[in-house]
Parts: sequence; structure tokens; C-alpha cells
Amino acid sequence: MDLNTVWFILIAVLFTGYFFLEGFDYGVGILLPFIAKDDLSRRVVINTIGPHWDGNEVWLLTAGGASFAAFPNWYATLFSGFYIALLLMLLALIARAVAFEYRSKDESPRWRNTWDWVIFFGSLLPAFLWGVAIANIIKGVPIDAHMTYVGGFFNLLNPYALSGGLAFVALFTLHGAIFLNLKTTNSLEEAAHKSAITWWWLALIFVVIFVVYSYFATDIFTRHGFNPGISAFIAAVALILAGVFVKAKSSGWAFVMTALTILFTVVTIFRGLYPRLMISSLNPEWNLTIYNASSSPYTLKVMTIVVAIFVPIVLAYQAWTYWIFRQRLSTKTELEY
Amino acid sequence: MDPLILARWQFAIVTVYHFFFVPLTLGLSVAIAIMETIYVKTGDETYLKMTKFWGKLFLINFAIGVATGIVQEFQFGMNWSEYSRFMGDIFGAPLAIEALLAFYLESTFLGVWIFGWKKLSKGAHATVMWLVAIGSNLSALWILIANSFMQEPVGYALRHGRAEMTNFFALVGNPNVWVQWPHVFFAAMSTASFFMIGIAAYHLLKKSKDLEVYQKSVKFAAIYGTIGVALVILNGHTQAQHMVETQPMKMAAAEALWETEQPASLSLFAIPSQSSQKDYLSIRVPRLLSLLAHNNFTSEVRGIKDIQEEYSQKYGPDNYIPPVFLSYWFFRIMVGVGFLMLIVILYLLIKSSKGDYNMKPSTLKWLIWTLLLPYIANSTGWLFTEVGRQPWVVFGLLKTKDSVSLATSGTEVFLSLAAYTILYAILIVVDVYLMKKYAVKGVTEIEY
Repeated sequence: MDLNTVWFILIAVLFTGYFFLEGFDYGVGILLPFIAKDDLSRRVVINTIGPHWDGNEVWLLTAGGASFAAFPNWYATLFSGFYIALLLMLLALIARAVAFEYRSKDESPRWRNTWDWVIFFGSLLPAFLWGVAIANIIKGVPIDAHMTYVGGFFNLLNPYALSGGLAFVALFTLHGAIFLNLKTTNSLEEAAHKSAITWWWLALIFVVIFVVYSYFATDIFTRHGFNPGISAFIAAVALILAGVFVKAKSSGWAFVMTALTILFTVVTIFRGLYPRLMISSLNPEWNLTIYNASSSPYTLKVMTIVVAIFVPIVLAYQAWTYWIFRQRLSTKTELEY
Repeated sequence: MDPLILARWQFAIVTVYHFFFVPLTLGLSVAIAIMETIYVKTGDETYLKMTKFWGKLFLINFAIGVATGIVQEFQFGMNWSEYSRFMGDIFGAPLAIEALLAFYLESTFLGVWIFGWKKLSKGAHATVMWLVAIGSNLSALWILIANSFMQEPVGYALRHGRAEMTNFFALVGNPNVWVQWPHVFFAAMSTASFFMIGIAAYHLLKKSKDLEVYQKSVKFAAIYGTIGVALVILNGHTQAQHMVETQPMKMAAAEALWETEQPASLSLFAIPSQSSQKDYLSIRVPRLLSLLAHNNFTSEVRGIKDIQEEYSQKYGPDNYIPPVFLSYWFFRIMVGVGFLMLIVILYLLIKSSKGDYNMKPSTLKWLIWTLLLPYIANSTGWLFTEVGRQPWVVFGLLKTKDSVSLATSGTEVFLSLAAYTILYAILIVVDVYLMKKYAVKGVTEIEY
């Protein structure tokens, strides 16, 4: 297996980590104004992800940084091409980050409510836009012979991409609802349970639409033969089982299932994309691949060593933080945010 | 609307803004880690109060530092795609390592620090702040490794029309890094120090409750700040001497030295004119620039015009002269403010070592305002070093004008420039509001 392929896999791993971890942060943020109606409940909801959201967000930065390091042409084409979409995502992420820290630092209800809606939009937009971005990547966008995206912004908001956006939002919100169910007590736990049921149905509907649409709009399922592969199958089963476990009030297992859904969805997407990084809808000769978009073998080697040493360490200490904050939160808990 | 001009304005605005918040994070994280360690070792509750008080303000600041940092990583790809293609090997790797080693560490453990007071032992909790401090400062190291390459390319080869990394250890060992990183760290210590001094001075003025917390903070800040300011000046001098050798055009511009001189005079005041290539109202002191640059009174220091000629021969015909007025005045303001900080901090060191915190109200009022000094120095310092490198984005290899994204239109960049500016303006108002609120509230309101 060459280094370029290794890095393709590593980028997929980083994006998986990001979607798995920030996925429930976004879900919790999206649910916030609706699942919690009074200030104290809202604080409990925010505090469930309080210790974790920042460390989770770093997965995005690492995925972005790794893309830059391993596949600079991809980073350049994608980030300059999807400019407005990324701009909107950045504005949302900036505002959300500040909102977590600032929200409870003033007593005024108007202050707090405003920041709660910032958290909502700051969670909804990135979730939606990532779905749109990934859908566009696997569908193909106008890229010219010089690896420059020539499509403009509105081109990205095509129906297929929008269906991807909705699928991501629904999946992350389900993931977040289950997480809340695991981390809260009493009425919030009950409300999260009800949300999880609703969002499971929505996730199922939007994911099915997206998957069926993908058969027609992209080649990721058909590329390696008609069989979409075991990863897609596992993702589908996991999503269905998530619903089963939610109904059965087995939220721990439900969370494992949505995690697996996310993991195997990313695997399916990357597997279908391989060895391309971006597909040119103008001419397949102008695709970005893991070969024409990569940095030098030396850089890939250096980065592989760094990643091999540090990712396990990071995983270990991040897992530790989830362990020490494993307790459920109630309205009686001391709340830092 | 020219995307290049807009992109340059945007980069300058978002980066200077980011660097308002970062130095305080870098310097104050270490300070708080020390305070909390002292508390753990001595059991002195005053240090716990200091940890919690300064910690609260630290968090308000940290949030915006992190939030604006995401833009930084993304904007190389978004606005400077051609730079990213050229520099991906060399710039991308330190950025990725920054995320892997530093961002994860600081972000993960800050969450633990905020929420873990009751879950960890005292010693473990203090250790967590050390991890945050180490994480943040490692972050500075890696981004400066990237920036240092732009000032002084090492460990690379030009292949396939791009810069490819040939030696990772050369990249990390770049001499520029090892004068630049300490400089940023000492500047950060100074920023944290004056932040504490400004706010503590307010409480001394108001004779707030828990006065001993503010007095101890002044003493702490005076010692911490003396180390920071003294070393930022000494190290800054070493850095400047290094840059005379490796980036002579930048240093000539810093001195508004149009003509080569031997020995070279130091400029005290000048109004450089880019178009006439001379200085108006120029006041210079003979021989002092030779002394500063080369440690003797006789050396030659090359002037802007001669270097321009040399670069035209070496790199092809072009204008290699950076904006001299800006380079000159940014440099001068940074240095001037640095020396002003030195005077203030030495004054406080003497006062606090005598345990004498009874300063005149007018003095205390001035001290509150000194909080702003490091912000001026930090901003002018970065503006100097980046403006002075122009027209290069990577010295000798790539020009800024050749780096901008081809896919982004003027309209798109205008939109992002407007959006960031508006959002950042709102955030700084909110930040100052909260900072002021909690700074003024003081220690007594915080539970511990």
C-alpha cells in the first residue's frame, strides 16, 4: 500500500473522528432551543458537551491541516472553490465557540437566549454544509485543467447536495439526541428519548433519499461494481438497529449504533471516491487524485510517523476525559457554563 | 474589486485580530499554572483566589483566540490557494502537527480544567493547567516554524514548480525559529503581566475587598513581566541582528536606510518617502546602527537601493522594496513601547519588592492604561515583520501577488472581508464588555 493511499485512509479516519465527535455536539446544539425551555435546563444541555466540544472541534482542524499537508492541491482547490460555503461554516463555528463560553456569563435572559440561538445556528449550519460539501465532492463539480474550481457558489446548492445536507443534519441530530439521553436525568432524559425517536424516523427518511439519489447522481456505489460493499450494508443495519435500541430505551447501544452509522457512511463515501479526492464534472482527466494532488513522498513519510505516534496518544487522553465526565447531569449538578 | 488587495486586507485584519487574543492566552496560561502550583504546594488560599480570578478572565479571552484560529487555518486554502499549492509540503506539515500536538492538548485539557475542579485532586488539576499552557505554547512553536520558513527558507528543494520538504529537522531547526519563538513567548509573558497589572491597579485604586489578592498579583506580574520584557528586548536585539544577515531589505526598511552607509547611522526620526526614495525630517545618530547591527562602530550596513539592485539581478526585474514608511514606523513603535514597558515594569518590581503598594491615585490610573501597551507592541511587531518581507510571501521563492486564489472572485473576497470585520467587531465589543464586567467584579464574587 503506497503512502498516498495510507494518507487517503488517514484523512478518512480524521473526518470520521470529527463527524462522530462533533456530530453529537452539533446535534445537541440543534436540539438546544427546543428540548430545553427554561434557563436551567438549557444550562444542563450545554454542560453535557461543555468539557468536550472544543477538543472535538480540533478533529476538524486536524483533518484540514492533514489535507493541507498530505494533499495540498486538494486543500487548495476545495477551500478556494467552496469559498462561500466555508465562509458560512466559519462564521457559524466562530460564533458557536464564543457562545459556549459567553452564554451564561451574564444574567439577562435576552443575552442568554440570543447566545442559545447562536449555538443553534452555529451547530445547524456546519452540519448542513458538510453534507452539502461531501455530496458535491462525490457528485463532481466543475474543475478545470488547472485544478481550479470554476463553478461559483449557487452551483453547490443543487438538489442532490441539499439532500446530503439534510441527511447529515438528521443523522447528527439523532446522534445528539441519543447522547443527551445518555447524559441527562428526569425530564430532560425523557425529552431526549422522545426526540431520538422522532429524529430516527427523520434520519431514516433523509438518509434513504440521499442514498437512493446517490445511485443516480454519483458513481460511488457503482464504481466498484453494483454491489455497494459491506460498509454501506453495515451502515444501513446500524442505523436501523439504532432505532430499535432507542425504542428499547437502550441508549448506550443506540449511541454505538449511530456511531457505527457515521463511521461506515464515511468509509463508504471514501471507498467510492478512491483514488480520487475531487471529481471534475467537466472532464475526468481533470480529477484531483491522491497522486496528482499530493505532497512529496518525504513529507508523507514524516507526517505518517508523527500521526502514528500522536493519534493514539490523543485518542487515549480524549477517551480519559469522557471517562472522568461520565456522570449524568441533573438540574442539581454544579454547572460551569 | 481586485481579489488580491481585498485578500491582503483580510489576511492582515483577521491575523492581527487573532493575535490580540493569542499572546494573552500564551502568557497567562503559564502564569495561572504557576499560581495554581504555588497554591497546591503552599496551601495559600490567596493563590487559589488568584487562580480562579485570573482563570475566569483567561477563559473569556481564550474563547475568541480559539474561534478566530479556525479562520487562520482555513484561509490559506480559501484565499491563498496558489500559495498552498506551492507551499503545501512545507507549510501544511507544521500546521497539521500544530493541530495534533498542540490544539488537541490545549482544547481537551482546558475542558478538563474548567469542569474538573471537583473531579480531580488539587495536584492533578494544576497539572491540567500546565498541559493547557504547554499545548498553547507548542501551538505557537509550530506556526512559527511555518512562518520562519517564509522569512528564511531552509530544508527544501524546488521541484515540479513547488517547494518540497527535503529535511524536516532543518525546518524545525531553522535559526529563524529559535530567535522568533522566544520573542513571541517573552512578548506573551509581557502581555499577561500588563494585563494583570492593569486590572490589579484598578482594584488597588478602588481599595477593593481582598486587597492582598491584587497586591500579590502585582508582585507576581512584576516579576513575571520583568523577565518577559527584559528578555523580549534582549532576544529582540538578537533577532534583529539575525535579520540583518538573512533579511537585509527588511532591516534597511526598518531603519529607512536608503543608501548604504559605512559606518551606518541610526535613525531617531524620519518620514520616509517611497516615491522619492529618501527621508524627510531625518534625524540620525552616526555609527549607532553599525553598533546595533554588528557590535562595532565601523561596519557597513547596506541600504535599500543597493539591495534592490542586487535583488533585481538575482531574482529578475521587479520592485523588491517593501513599504518603507510602514516598516519603519511599525518597528519603531514596537521598540519604543517595549522600552516604555521596561520602565513601568522595573518601577513596579522595585515597589512590590519593598511591599509598597501605596501608589498615588494618578499613578494607579496610568497603570490601568498600561494594559494596552503590549497590544500595541504585539500588533506593530507582526505588522512590521510581515510588511517588511514584501513583496515576498516566501522570501526569495514566491511573491504575494502570485499566491492569491484563482477561484475566488473579488465579490467573494469582499463578502468574506465584510463578514469577518463585522463579526469580529461585534465579538470584541462583547469580549471587552465581559472582561470589564468580571475584572471589575473582582475576586470576592467568585466561588471557590
